[in-house]
Amino acid sequence: MDMLTVEDINVYYGAIHAIKGISLSVAKGGITTLIGSNGAGKSTTLHTISGLLKPKTGKITFEGQDITGKPAHKIVGMGLSQVPEGRHVFANMTVMENLDLGAYLRTDKEEINKDLTDVFTKFPRLLERKDQIAGTLSGGEQQMLAMGRALMSRPRLMLLDEPSMGLAPLLVQEIFNIIKEINDSGTTVLLVEQNARMALSIADKAYVLETGNITLEGTGKELLNSEAVQKAYLGG
Amino acid sequence: MNKVRMFDLKALIASAVVFAILQGLMAAEIIGPFWELNLVLICINIILASSLNMINGFTGQFSIGHAGFLAVGAYMGAVMTVKLGFSFPLAIIAGTIAAGILGFLIGLPTLRLDGDYLAIATLGLGEIIRICILNIEYVGGASGLMGIPRMTNFVITFWLMIAVLFFIKNFKNSAHGRACLAIRENEIAADTMGIDTTKYKVMAFTLGASFAGTAGVLFSHYFFIAHPASFTFMRSFDILTMVVLGGPGSLTGSITGAILLTFISAALADFPEWRMIIYSLAMIILMLYRPQGLFGNKELSEKVFSSLKGGKNNG
Repeated sequence: MDMLTVEDINVYYGAIHAIKGISLSVAKGGITTLIGSNGAGKSTTLHTISGLLKPKTGKITFEGQDITGKPAHKIVGMGLSQVPEGRHVFANMTVMENLDLGAYLRTDKEEINKDLTDVFTKFPRLLERKDQIAGTLSGGEQQMLAMGRALMSRPRLMLLDEPSMGLAPLLVQEIFNIIKEINDSGTTVLLVEQNARMALSIADKAYVLETGNITLEGTGKELLNSEAVQKAYLGG
Repeated sequence: MNKVRMFDLKALIASAVVFAILQGLMAAEIIGPFWELNLVLICINIILASSLNMINGFTGQFSIGHAGFLAVGAYMGAVMTVKLGFSFPLAIIAGTIAAGILGFLIGLPTLRLDGDYLAIATLGLGEIIRICILNIEYVGGASGLMGIPRMTNFVITFWLMIAVLFFIKNFKNSAHGRACLAIRENEIAADTMGIDTTKYKVMAFTLGASFAGTAGVLFSHYFFIAHPASFTFMRSFDILTMVVLGGPGSLTGSITGAILLTFISAALADFPEWRMIIYSLAMIILMLYRPQGLFGNKELSEKVFSSLKGGKNNG
């Protein structure tokens, strides 16, 4: 069953037509990825789904409900959480305060504590640094914090925008392992990546985005073996 | 009794002690009429600085039109008592609400702007309010609204200030306050946490404007007159300076900033030309050596006291 469907959305930045009639769907329980080069419209698509941008035309449905043009904070409350690109942690707050804000919309104290333990099990590094100011964490740790913070809202669908950006290869591997782990524990994932090889290797379904259009789609494996993708994105 | 209530109680006792000492000094005429006037002014400025801090410091929305809301409160209160014959407490409530409503109406469209744009918009709005008042004959136009009875005194001002501070402190520590702080830190991230950023920006702006209105009523009923020249953008900058000096985001900082700057300008009352020089020098030195303000975004709390004590024991 499709958890999220995007039908023929068009998004503009002023006069610039950034997204030209994209349709895609995210199956419940899996990892869907959106790959493409700089400026293809990956982040724009993600922002439109999460409500930070509004599409001019088209329709976005999440768990059967129309969320097109709804404000971002309402969409979070429905169980869709975004980890924005470039991490966006609350730099002057501690790790703990960041995680607390992740659960901003929730009031179930016991369940929140359970999720907090869960986040610390997934990211032991955050537990070590829980009283440290978030801005002083390393890039990888900030990415972990942003992901942990998103998990605190207990999302059913998690949107990840370039989690590997600016990280060392070893850390990228670690982050992707954690994404798999998050997915295994029941959260559906929509992943936007430039690191096509990594993204395709863990994805159940994948789309290739080029200047505002979807040019290819298939399972992760199919695209990983596709000649066109190899040429354009995998350096084959 | 939990920790927060304990702190509130101690703060209340401390306020009462300060109040008693000041009252005593005034009764003994050690504090003369000139300094008594400045004490009232300090209290009014503390209300102004801490209310502006809700907008600029807690929520990170750079507003420099605070004098406009001060003016609305001052005139609204004066119209209530002078023209309509209502009592002083009613005038305070009306001035507060009027400034709050205006803040809400202005905040709704302008808070979609950010950074420099918001600063320019609020600067303009502050001036628009003043010029509108200047042209309303009913409230005296350019010559100001005169003959306002002096109903403000030190007792009322002091305790209203304490009430406002208490409200703002609780606001800061509430879920609403945390939402505002999150917006200041990172608006996109706050949005993705499920925080309604527009709502909280408008809320902080409206509350900040209301308290500026309260200060306005106190102001006009202490100085007998509400005059457009008291509410120019220089007044807005005065208030902003207090916030920046103390540390945006710190309530303790706003109190300190307001006391310090009001005191300096009173002490230099005989040398008005020196006042601006010292003001500017203070700002330059501060920006060079402590750009985050005296207190940064920290609060003076019991933790600070105990660490001070700890420091003494170690030394």
